[in-house]
Parts: sequence; structure tokens; C-alpha cells
Amino acid sequence: MLEIRELHAWYGESHVLHGLNMDVPEGKVVSLLGRNGAGKTTTMRAIMGMMGKTTGAISFGGVNLLKLRSDQIARKGIAICPEDRGIFPSLTVTENLFLPPVIAKGGMDLDRIYALFPNIKERGSSRGTQLSGGEQQMLAIARILRTGARTLLLDEPTEGLAPVIVKQIARTIREIKELGYTIILVEQNAHFVEGLADVHYLMENGQIIDRLEGAEFAANIGRVDKLLAV
Amino acid sequence: MDVYLILSQMTLGLVNGVFYAILSLGLAIIFGLLGVINFAHGVFFMLGAFIAYALGQWLGIGYWGALIIAPLLIGMLGLVVEVTFIRHLYRLDHLYGLLLTLGLALFVEGFIRIAFGPQGLPYSVPPSLRGAVNLGYMMLPMYRAWVVVAGVVLCLATWLIIEWTPLGAKLRAATDNPVLVQAFGINVPVMLTLTYGAGVALAALGGVMAAPILSVDPSMGTSVIIVVFAVVVIGGMGSILGSIVTGLGLGLLEGLTKAVFPQASSTVIFVAMVIILVARPRGLFGKAA
Repeated sequence: MLEIRELHAWYGESHVLHGLNMDVPEGKVVSLLGRNGAGKTTTMRAIMGMMGKTTGAISFGGVNLLKLRSDQIARKGIAICPEDRGIFPSLTVTENLFLPPVIAKGGMDLDRIYALFPNIKERGSSRGTQLSGGEQQMLAIARILRTGARTLLLDEPTEGLAPVIVKQIARTIREIKELGYTIILVEQNAHFVEGLADVHYLMENGQIIDRLEGAEFAANIGRVDKLLAV
Repeated sequence: MDVYLILSQMTLGLVNGVFYAILSLGLAIIFGLLGVINFAHGVFFMLGAFIAYALGQWLGIGYWGALIIAPLLIGMLGLVVEVTFIRHLYRLDHLYGLLLTLGLALFVEGFIRIAFGPQGLPYSVPPSLRGAVNLGYMMLPMYRAWVVVAGVVLCLATWLIIEWTPLGAKLRAATDNPVLVQAFGINVPVMLTLTYGAGVALAALGGVMAAPILSVDPSMGTSVIIVVFAVVVIGGMGSILGSIVTGLGLGLLEGLTKAVFPQASSTVIFVAMVIILVARPRGLFGKAA
């Protein structure tokens, strides 16, 4: 269980999270929905220890993550797939895949990863940034599945991708969900998370404004779409 | 024009080029990862030579021992310098790192001058490397031949480690995006410290290799580092292979100039630097900003 309480975060002088509260039960997929600038990515970065100034508490396995460095947080079993995908341009595809160190047993083995994402195997010796956007996204997800981290932060994995790739990513997330991973899924696409997430949090102006169970989501989708509409 | 003269001057130029390459390689690695323009690099080179001298004088440890001990000691000193001084500057503009390391260089150089005196101290060629090799166009002292071979091997080995090993991949990734690398569970601050240590250890190794060629004196680092910075500007910051090729190439250019127009030999690298700065400011191998 990951519990966020009264989380505030700043970029320099700019106060972007205003007392966020959120629970992420173990083994569940939780979506975080909101417009651009609502603070979704900041929330992910705060969990991962990548924000400069934060107050409040993020408790995970009995410790407050805000007190740890990001590498220590990673070693607790949390891994991020960042919004910009974070593929390293100076590394080959294979080097990108193997960069995150294995932090626990039980990570996905290489055969399984290559079966899920065959392109990554084929293009192993290309530079990471020579891949298409969809392939880069696959690589960004694949490399954190290898590490044994059981809590995954996926920041807009479908952004800017073709529908066929989006479907493939949805299939992958479903598959890793069945393996018992805990997932926080940041999205602007309500239809992507419908049926995929167990709990939905709606976010606006650095705060959670509503929480919907998976079952309630369909009935409220009009409201969600309105929130997300630019 | 005497072809033998040109060839022999270029061969000797290559010896200098090896030192340029070793030093600019370390500078490029440190700048790439830490964003610090390490003006103290020359001083670590000089300290390498002085440690070799001191080991010989006081402990009777010869060249081969010094080749291992001096880089280790200087590498450790580098770790201390990074932890106590340099790491506090990462958030600031590159200029602060330059100023700090320049100040450090002046301080250490002054200290060594007081301790050992300003004049050069002799360091003899190890017995196993005395004599000369006949290259057909010249007799090259065996020691210089060794420096060229060992130096090129050292540079290529460093390049191989950075480009082709998992450790090197970590280093390159942290150069691209240190925040994300750390979020994957890699202790980046420790990596920066070790990289600085390794970079200056490389400079010290160069210093030991230079000791029998240049005289061991407090200003030997400063005089070589000025040229090396010109090499770095010409090659472009951040390219490992580029810094090796540029270092060797400019050594050759300097040698060639010595043969055809000796008066210009000490300035030719700076002339090349000016031309590159005007024509291609990012350097021969630098990536476009």
C-alpha cells in the first residue's frame, strides 16, 4: 500500500501540489486523470523522489519516501516510466533495457520481455532514440519490468501513439496487472483507463477532486471527459 | 624539404600528442558527467610526476611501481576534492567549477613550489626502457616509443570501457539524464565522485609517464594544460573518441610545424583553435547544441 497524505510540492517558487491525498492498494491499478498542468507528473516525480521541495508524507512499506533519495526509493521496489519516456540517446536499445539495475528477484525474464516486445529484440543494437515513438514507449516499460520492482509508475504511456500501439500497451498493462503488479497510471485519455484501472483519481490544480471505483467509472465518464476537455 | 626531418619531428610530436590525448580524455569525461571544467587537471598531472619522484627519492620505488601507486594516490585525492569542494557547485553555472578548480590549481602549484623548489627535478628513464628503436628515418628513444604505445593503448582502453561496457553505459546514461538514472536505483552522487577520481587518476598516470621526458617541475601541469584546453576546444567537449583523435592529431600538427616552420610550433595549436572557434564553434567532434 502506498499512501499519500497532504503532499505539497514546488518547482522553485511555483507551488504545484496543494495537499494531495491518495491511496494505492497493493496489486491494484490506480489511474490519475487530469488536464495538462494538473500536477499528475509532479505527483509521480514526488513519489520517485525526483522533486526538489516537498512536504507531507508518502508512506510505503512503513517508511516515508519523502525522506529518501530517489535511488533509495527505487531500491524499495518502485520504478518509473517517465512521460518523455526517458530513453537515453547515447545508449543502444539493449543498453537502455539493461540500464536499470535489478533491485529484487522476480523481475520479468528476458525471454518473456522479448516475447511481449519483439521489436526491442530486433532493434537491439540501434540507438535508443532511433526507435519509433511506440517502440520507445515499449522499451521504457520493458526496462522497468526487468528490475523486479513491483510498483510501477506509468506516466501517460499512450501519449501521441497510434491506436494499434495504444491497444498493445493496454494489453501489456493488463498482463502485468494479472501478475500482481501495483500500477499508478497517469492518463488524459479516460477511455484508455476505463476497465483497466480498479480505482480512478481525478485531479485538478494540484489536488485530488474525486475518487471513483472502477465500477462507477462508466456512469461518470461524461463528467470525467468534461474535466479532461481542454 | 627534408622528409626524414618532417617524419621524425612528427613522431616526436606524437609523443606530446599522447599526453594531450590522455589529459583531454579525462577532461572530457569529467566535463561530460559533472559539468565541471576541471582547471586543476594539469596540477594532478604534475602531482603524478612529483609522486613518482618522491617515491623514488624517499622509498626507492621505481617507475613501474610509481605507474600504479601515483594514480591510486591521486585518484583518492580526487575523491576527497570532489566530496569536499566540487560537489557543492553542481547546481551552479559551469563558471564556478572553473574558478574553484583554477584556485585549487594555483594553491597546489604554489605549495609544491615551496616544498620542492621552482627548478626542474630529474627523473630517469627506467633501465628496461633505455636505448633506442630504429624507425628507418630516425632513432627513437625506446622510452618515447613506449609512451606512444602505452598511451594509445590506455586511451583506447578507456574509450572501450566507456562505449562498450555496462559501466560505460551507466556513465553515458548519467551524462544524458542523471535524475532518471538515479531514479532507477543508481547512486549517481557516488558515481560522480568516482568519475572525478578516475579522471584525475588518468591525469596522474600521464604525469608519471611524462616525468622522464619533461623535467619534474611545479609548472609542468600548467604549461601542458593550457595547450590541452585548446585541444579540447578544437575537438569539441563531450566526445571521448574525439578528444583522443584531436589530442594525437594536434601533437602531429605541432611536430610538423616544428619541421617546416619552427617559429610557429608553439602557437600553431592556438591558431588552429582560433580557426575552429570561428568556423565551427562546437569543435570538430562536438555535438550540435
